[in-house]
Amino acid sequence: MSTAPASKTVAGHAIAPRASGRPWTFYVLLAVFVLYVLALYGPMFCIYILSFQDVRGGLVFPMKGLSLHWFVDLFTQVRTGDVKGSFDRSVKLAVIVTVITVVVSFLAGLAFRRRFRGDGVVFYLMIGSLVAPGLVLSIGIGLLLTFIGVEARWYTSAVGAQLSWTLPFGVLVMFAVMSRFDRAWEEAAYDLGASRWQAMRLVVIPILAPGLVAVALFGFTLSYDEFARTLQTAGSLNTLPLEIWSMTLNVTSPSLYALGTVTTIISFVIIAVCLGTIGRMQKRRASRVPPL
Amino acid sequence: MAARDGVFGWLYISPLMLVLVPFFVAPILVVLAASFLQSDGFGGLIASPTLQNYVDIFTSGLTLNLYVETIKFTLLTWLFSLIIGFWVAYFLVFHIRSPLLAIGLFLLCTVPFWTSNIIRMISWIPLLGKEGLINMALIKSGVVHEPLEFLLFSSFSVVVAYVHQLTIFMIVPIFNSMGRIDKRVVEAALDAGASRFDIMRLIVLPLSKNGIALGTIFVVSIVMGDFFVIKVMSGGGSASVVGALYEDVGVLQYPSAAASAVVLTIMVTLVVTAILRSVDVRKEITL
Repeated sequence: MSTAPASKTVAGHAIAPRASGRPWTFYVLLAVFVLYVLALYGPMFCIYILSFQDVRGGLVFPMKGLSLHWFVDLFTQVRTGDVKGSFDRSVKLAVIVTVITVVVSFLAGLAFRRRFRGDGVVFYLMIGSLVAPGLVLSIGIGLLLTFIGVEARWYTSAVGAQLSWTLPFGVLVMFAVMSRFDRAWEEAAYDLGASRWQAMRLVVIPILAPGLVAVALFGFTLSYDEFARTLQTAGSLNTLPLEIWSMTLNVTSPSLYALGTVTTIISFVIIAVCLGTIGRMQKRRASRVPPL
Repeated sequence: MAARDGVFGWLYISPLMLVLVPFFVAPILVVLAASFLQSDGFGGLIASPTLQNYVDIFTSGLTLNLYVETIKFTLLTWLFSLIIGFWVAYFLVFHIRSPLLAIGLFLLCTVPFWTSNIIRMISWIPLLGKEGLINMALIKSGVVHEPLEFLLFSSFSVVVAYVHQLTIFMIVPIFNSMGRIDKRVVEAALDAGASRFDIMRLIVLPLSKNGIALGTIFVVSIVMGDFFVIKVMSGGGSASVVGALYEDVGVLQYPSAAASAVVLTIMVTLVVTAILRSVDVRKEITL
């Protein structure tokens, strides 16, 4: 951190050797960045706007009227499918997956602080689980279930299938978090007579808490949007992404956009809560540092 | 101490293995086994080993076309997401003077990653469609007289949707690598008379190589494993390996689907292994 002010002054200077203002590349890259952000958010905002049309509304601009018709339609019409039920299942599933992801990633992060026999194998299994085509795993799990005679259910097999996707992300985030954790803090706790459990509860977990919230953010959002791995493992009842998938094939009304708006609002609330929690933890931590 | 750590290492890692073994290792093995069996046509498997499923893949022009198509989309998506991702990361790291602003703008880029991919994909429809915003604007401004048909439900829209979804996977690791470049190295190069092009070629590019490799792993494996984007955004005009595999499962042809899955998984594994051999990804994440 001590180098931060120095690098700050150098950063602008190094790339911009001319004393007067910014180099021309700054403006070119600024344009690239602005265009990227516009392309990133622009289309999403189009469908949020279009979802507020009235009954005459179509899938494209111009906007026809202004109402909540398609939101009501979404939750009351039979032809749009079981949106309420699938939404309910997706949130419950995401909560289960999040809790398991946080606990298991945390433990794995602790293990990977030191080398142990076979750590390379575990690491590459994890990378494999991350990059394997989701549908291939989905089919494999489906076949496996048929073979051992167990029915696929969203609260059992889909949980496992989604964990094979969220856990590698969770552990990778833990790696990044752990790399900033100084083991001396834990050693100090032991030196002061703390038991293993006390050191964990009073030193390690509080220090890592913001990182654990970040893992939870990954766990929840990746599960909530997961599609390919859930496809063959959720059984007869759909999760929300599966419901949206069948809607993209059947429904050609703005209620599809209304669903997009609703589910994005949920995502944004989760993101805001998590980032807000991390921010608050950091702030409180900064205020607690005793003056030197 | 070492022995105790070894025991605790495995104790802490065992929950992870309890997920990875039944939900990653076992399914892969089941798919591998199924690829050597025959279908009874009703979703069942006949336990007599055969190589026919593999012969079918490598002798069918249709199937080979699928692979060519999938590789084409993978390369195009990789190229565009790399170009955009690299320059966005470069801009944030080297041109934004306030670190707080840089992190804020970085978060702005990452937020959509946590929202639904499917919704982000269909959100291109009101823009690219025949009566979409882009065509309307082009016609109003007199650039074209007929709406451009190739914008939606085409290879073009497939690549747009992929790049839209996946550029973030390039930005994050490249931003991370570039953020660690010591600005004093750049300063020293300037003092020694290096041009900005030299700095890019000799310092920035080599030092962001690991980030590019990590981003490439994500982009390549996701595009090669996708069937959803290509199905919706190509309007049925293009197919992918996984798309065909999904159709096979739909008609309960598990063995041929499994063989195709094995070939695809081997291809992804080869690409990822080649990348992992050239850079130490684990070190990249940890440090």
